[in-house]
Amino acid sequence: MTYLLRSWQGSIALLLCLLALVRLPLLATDASTPFAAAGTAGVLLLIAVGALACFMRISRAARALILFVTAHTAAWLLIGGMSGNEGNASLSYFLLIAASWLLGWRCISELAEIRPSSRQTMMALRLLIPAIFGAWVLILWEAITRGAGVPFILLPPPSAIWDRIVSSVPILAADVRQTVFKAVLFGYVVGCAAGFAVAILADRISFLRRGLLPIGNLMSALPIIGVAPIMVMWFGFDWQSKAAVVIVMTFFPMLVNTVAGLSASGSMERDLMRSYASGYWQTLVKLRLPAAMLFIFNALKINSTLALIGAIVAEFFGTPIVGMGFRISTEIGRMNVDMVWAEIAVAALIGSVFYGVVALVELATTFWHPSNRGG
Amino acid sequence: MNASASSVVSARKLGLTFQTSDGPVHALSVVDLEVEKGDFVSFIGPSGCGKTTFLRVIADLEKNTAGEITVNGMTPEEARKSRCYGYVFQAPALYPWRTIEKNVVLPLEIMGYSKTEQKQRVQRTLDLVNLTGFGKKYPWQLSGGMQQRASIARALAFDADLLLMDEPFGALDEIVRDHLNEQLLKLWAATEKTICFVTHSIPEAVYLSTKIVVMSPRPGRVTDVIHSTLPRERPLEIRETPEFLEIAHRVREGLRAGHSYEE
Amino acid sequence: MRSETFASRIGPVLTIVATIIVIWYAAAVWMNAPFQRDLDRRGDVTSTTMEFIAKTLSQPKPIVPAPHQVAQNVFENTFLRKVSSNRSLVYHSWVTLSSTLAGFAFGTLLGVLIAVGIVHVKALDRSLMPWIIASQTVPILAIAPMVVVVLAAINVTGLIPKALISTYLSFFPVAVGMVKGLRSPDIIQLDLMRTYNASRWQTFWKLRVPASMPFLFTSMKVAVAASLVGAIVAELPTGAAAGIGSKLLAGSYYSQTIDMWAALIAGSLLAVILVTIVGIGARLIDRRMGVRPA
Repeated sequence: MTYLLRSWQGSIALLLCLLALVRLPLLATDASTPFAAAGTAGVLLLIAVGALACFMRISRAARALILFVTAHTAAWLLIGGMSGNEGNASLSYFLLIAASWLLGWRCISELAEIRPSSRQTMMALRLLIPAIFGAWVLILWEAITRGAGVPFILLPPPSAIWDRIVSSVPILAADVRQTVFKAVLFGYVVGCAAGFAVAILADRISFLRRGLLPIGNLMSALPIIGVAPIMVMWFGFDWQSKAAVVIVMTFFPMLVNTVAGLSASGSMERDLMRSYASGYWQTLVKLRLPAAMLFIFNALKINSTLALIGAIVAEFFGTPIVGMGFRISTEIGRMNVDMVWAEIAVAALIGSVFYGVVALVELATTFWHPSNRGG
Repeated sequence: MNASASSVVSARKLGLTFQTSDGPVHALSVVDLEVEKGDFVSFIGPSGCGKTTFLRVIADLEKNTAGEITVNGMTPEEARKSRCYGYVFQAPALYPWRTIEKNVVLPLEIMGYSKTEQKQRVQRTLDLVNLTGFGKKYPWQLSGGMQQRASIARALAFDADLLLMDEPFGALDEIVRDHLNEQLLKLWAATEKTICFVTHSIPEAVYLSTKIVVMSPRPGRVTDVIHSTLPRERPLEIRETPEFLEIAHRVREGLRAGHSYEE
Repeated sequence: MRSETFASRIGPVLTIVATIIVIWYAAAVWMNAPFQRDLDRRGDVTSTTMEFIAKTLSQPKPIVPAPHQVAQNVFENTFLRKVSSNRSLVYHSWVTLSSTLAGFAFGTLLGVLIAVGIVHVKALDRSLMPWIIASQTVPILAIAPMVVVVLAAINVTGLIPKALISTYLSFFPVAVGMVKGLRSPDIIQLDLMRTYNASRWQTFWKLRVPASMPFLFTSMKVAVAASLVGAIVAELPTGAAAGIGSKLLAGSYYSQTIDMWAALIAGSLLAVILVTIVGIGARLIDRRMGVRPA
């Protein structure tokens, strides 16, 4: 075995390939547009080449490259051949999908073992590996839902969700405007600012701090989202009630984190400020706030997610006829599952972007902190 | 007696180069060294001279990239697998969720000693480091010096002939350190172990060792090996004798010679 | 920190709570007054200020129910009703609690398993871990109504869909916390195991697992709270027959404000109890793991 490497993914992929060959064709016999013989042969060949590459003693990068190309081309061909044949896939089709998935897995394993010397390559790998993983979740989802003809309302294939996103951009945009740009942003800014202001106040008045902090800590464990119906009742169906929910949800994390952050500066540094006879506000601005930044940003990041959740869930309790939560709850009632998925995909995207923006601002502000210096 | 038969650690032209993003770093370069059975060898030098790296190569925690090294006549990996040595780290590294007793038992559990054997050995080694009666305490209930003694007990528990100590007393204050040095010598006399000891304190090295290895950085290498003329029996007062000061002087000269290199 | 007496810790908290209750009463009078004034004018009733205030605090469907109204409602529906009654808060809490616990248990188990996989398989670490971290920035709770409705369409109803939502909400924090915990032993401790020639299995059980316990319990505190939120939100979309979420929704449909507040209080009490239990577990583990008592 000195010329060959061992690889269980490669062995099983080969085995699956053989089994698939025995159980051809790829589609049920009455399928409207069956696979061309060349296409089937191509897929089998690609998978076989990929599987054999697993055993070859060539450089890791070369193996990964071969696997990357073969696994994804095979999957592409298999999914492409599905159009018009939904629900007609045979066992052999799924065996080949499984085989190409194993190759994809092997590809990830190989990439994960690569230790590049330059930092750029490292960064690229750090993005590429999860991207391949994500792609395979989508590939399997697409192939299984379409191949096995999973009922649309149960789980629509990613391609259908994408079509829905593309065809309903105006609706989605209106929902985002209503939920994110009105309710979430307003609530987030006011909630965080209020939490911060009260934290400063609590810092000045120790009695207040000792009273508020345990309550604030407790609040983080409570299902605050439950105030949504009350807020809808008080502030009406429009975005103001959602903003109120967001304010309540974001207030306490900000309060607790800022108070914790304000005590984060070291006693030596504080003694230094004392030795300069520096006043409360000077010490606050020059020492304690910069030292608290990491905590404050932590709250801002937690709140970015909480704010979106708050606004969307609050819309389940009543809204005008626009908004992400409204869309989710009404479209699911009509069993338009693809629209719900589209809305969720948009929510996920906005959530990540929101968080990402806060994280970038954090990086720009607290680059000096050991946890952000990298290296 | 044949020299090679009694040598516990034997390094020939040993080298170790780390590949980093800033290019290769020569942590060790052409190190030749013999450690005889029963020796107390100290490695001394400024930080970056490779003294800890050398100890880690003996322990098979790093792999040499050039030359040869044998431990008890085997490769370091074989030596580690046959549990030839006990290792004492810079920090006590006691498991906070285990009592002192349970910490000392840890290697015995891993090596599959029987329960009764475990009990006997814990008792014996705790006695050896003067921690009798502290077995039921948790690490945080002990002082730093006592914690480090417990970690020595842990290294002694399975009766390896070779003890590798990496600046074990570096984090302790000088008064505690003196006390532990004295105890370590007694322990060495009582157990007849071979000890490799990394330090950056000249008095500590001179007081403890039969052989002092002076090292210097960039690349990490041995610049001098000083054989101590002090008797094996060493009270603390020996540190004021002219003989002691003479050896200390030689070590200091050796360190300075190695250092002038970079200026 | 100085050791604080019980009184100096509890005093400020009680003061703040008392202030909140006073503000609450004031808000109740102020918010309910317009409606009461309207009512009085139509019924041609004249009353003294004290009588008027008393009336604003005892409306059946107030905009802001007074604290004692909520307290009374909670008390009646907790202790005075049969547990099987549809109005019993104990009954509704139990419905929510059962799916919370089921989801929490599965979520924790799944989180721990995934974490073990991530720590030991490098490919998983590099490919799955970024997604787990990223998914914490995503409002996954939005998926709850769909899961419930879609499962209902294939005749899976009751506890399972709710527990499923609780599972995936509690899974993420546990997975992240446990990965951190299993990786928490420092290099020295891992080197020590290597000098003993310990197997992977031994290193896992004797070092990684005990070291991860405090992390596990800390993340479980977050997870159990998330699990409860998941169960409550999962009760919203289908108008589930029972549970704290359905109680909230029914309250908002029929403007039963007092019921709504009572349900909210019940949910909060449930959260406090759950987090406290896990917190006590965490404290015990901390002590067992030799963390110096603060």
